[in-house]
Amino acid sequence: MAIITMREAISQALWEEMERDERVFILGEEVGVWGGTYAVTKGFFDHFGEKRVRDTPIAENVIVGAANGAAMVGLRPIAELMTINFAFSAMDQIINQSAKLRTMFGGQFTVPVVIRAVGGGGRQLGATHSQTPDAVFAHFPGLIVVAPGTPQDAKGLLKSAIRSDDPVLFIENATLYQMRGEVPEDEYLEPIGVSKVQRTGSDVTLVTYSKMLQLSMQAADKLSEEGIEVEIVDLRTLRPLDMSPVIASFKRTNRAVIVEEGWRSYGVGSEIAARLYEEAFDYIDAPIRRVAQKEVPLPYNRELEQMALPQVADIIRTVKEVL
Amino acid sequence: MQKKELIALYHEMVLIRRLEERAAELYQEGKIGGFLHLYIGQEAVGSGVIAARKPQDRVITAYRDHGIALACGVSAKEVMAELLGKKTGTSLGFGGSMHMADVEKNYWGGHAIVGSHLPFASGMALADQYRDEDGVTLCFFGDGATNIGYFHEALNLAGVWDLPVVWICENNQYGMGTAVGRASAVEEIYKKAEAYDTRAMRVEGMDVMQVYEAANEAIEYARKEGPFFLEVLTYRFQGHSMGDPERYRTKEEVGKWQENDPIGIFRNYLLENKVANEKSLNAEEFSVEEEVQEAVEFAEASPGPEWQDLIDTIYVDEYRMD
Repeated sequence: MAIITMREAISQALWEEMERDERVFILGEEVGVWGGTYAVTKGFFDHFGEKRVRDTPIAENVIVGAANGAAMVGLRPIAELMTINFAFSAMDQIINQSAKLRTMFGGQFTVPVVIRAVGGGGRQLGATHSQTPDAVFAHFPGLIVVAPGTPQDAKGLLKSAIRSDDPVLFIENATLYQMRGEVPEDEYLEPIGVSKVQRTGSDVTLVTYSKMLQLSMQAADKLSEEGIEVEIVDLRTLRPLDMSPVIASFKRTNRAVIVEEGWRSYGVGSEIAARLYEEAFDYIDAPIRRVAQKEVPLPYNRELEQMALPQVADIIRTVKEVL
Repeated sequence: MQKKELIALYHEMVLIRRLEERAAELYQEGKIGGFLHLYIGQEAVGSGVIAARKPQDRVITAYRDHGIALACGVSAKEVMAELLGKKTGTSLGFGGSMHMADVEKNYWGGHAIVGSHLPFASGMALADQYRDEDGVTLCFFGDGATNIGYFHEALNLAGVWDLPVVWICENNQYGMGTAVGRASAVEEIYKKAEAYDTRAMRVEGMDVMQVYEAANEAIEYARKEGPFFLEVLTYRFQGHSMGDPERYRTKEEVGKWQENDPIGIFRNYLLENKVANEKSLNAEEFSVEEEVQEAVEFAEASPGPEWQDLIDTIYVDEYRMD
């Protein structure tokens, strides 16, 4: 295994797939000459050239729209949105088009587009640049929503997304780019639509994904010191949602906490909790609890922003509440 | 165009007209649901432009799409079956009136969110350029679409990347019920394209031969040089969609445009130039009636799609769906 950062993992996935398939190309704001605003595509422009690494105007609707059109006729575009907050400017293309084109035309063509977007708070960017709106996108059938929490999953899932014939929204977290993790040396893929147990334990099932996986792991380490063993199920894909490892774990622990960075209301935790009530009601020994962002637009002020975001201490406290 | 092609073009325009008249009846009978936007009055635009395309040239349009579909060679049967929501329709009965496509005919829909398909056209034209193929993408839309952000983003991108696309604005004078001058600060719409350094032309749209000539120039320019913008002045004789009270225009205005019926103009052209005589044109019109009748019978006898057909179109890869 090699140890690399999340940024390197994503970059490697893009690089390898572009080497593998001539139809794959990248378009987006500052992806080329600049090298990507988060340096994910650094060096790509020089290696692959301007044809395959395409700087666009600041126009999210046409970035995703042109990607959709090119995908419909056989290319495999990777549209990069500088942040997921800007995806709202392209909402019609993502929700009304990418997700629905194939069905609406009776399956005549596919839309093999990948939309990469980075989200998450905690960087003092203010309310409009700090959101975690993953659940919004996961609401719509037809779209695939992937949100990895480790370098291994990021690389393997992004490669799968690029090879998939379905439209994929690939959500990254800006504060995870520097995080290091083990990645196989040889080429590998991770399957879309499959949740994964990232840590085994017998006392509580903790369901999470993306950055909150990391906070949950830290919380689990501390709880373990107190003799509380947490099992962590990482969703990895929000749609289609694979509940089977969650249900299997819950049937053993009979207790669940769901941790997400986005707002609690109508969120990922709401969905998971509802599924557990629907599919495993007889196994419930304690109220299912959620850890999520406080219901405020995130402020610039560092202390208040951190107060609004889920912290390791919140996870530890909530786990103890369900024991 | 050769004599045979001219007759075929006449047949096509009459087919569009008759099929839509029949569709309006079926709508009133409750056999067609949803929205139904008729192309009646605008036939010369779609038919004229598409007559000038080569097989490698893609066509994409907005929701007023039956005429464009037929002009692309989609059969009357498939169009009618889609209107009736049948599995034998262009889109398995999942798209309806506004979402017809037939990729084997290089016809890519049928898109009903105003402006949303203009970026597709940029992306499709990019694909041709990327693969070093010589296809041109022909993108139809209404005057109303030139006021939405999509128009500006798509034209700008096509300009920046010199994409082989022809933008065809079917200026039928109204975006739903709002006259062009009440919705667009620039009434001569082709000037908006000039703002993006796109070569632009305005042409009368009731004469199919004029449209054809202009489209030829536009398509060949796009194939060699880059984007071209064609504003085609036209008029829809029916309401925006079924049930339009038409408070925004007078009967006199509609009547004045109907004097320039594109089918009548082309009919006269064929007679005056001795391409056809009354008898042969009557025969074409009769065969259209038969074609429409067969299409209706085919559509009514066709089965509807199954639930599993719907599920199968959502994702290519197999996932647990619940």
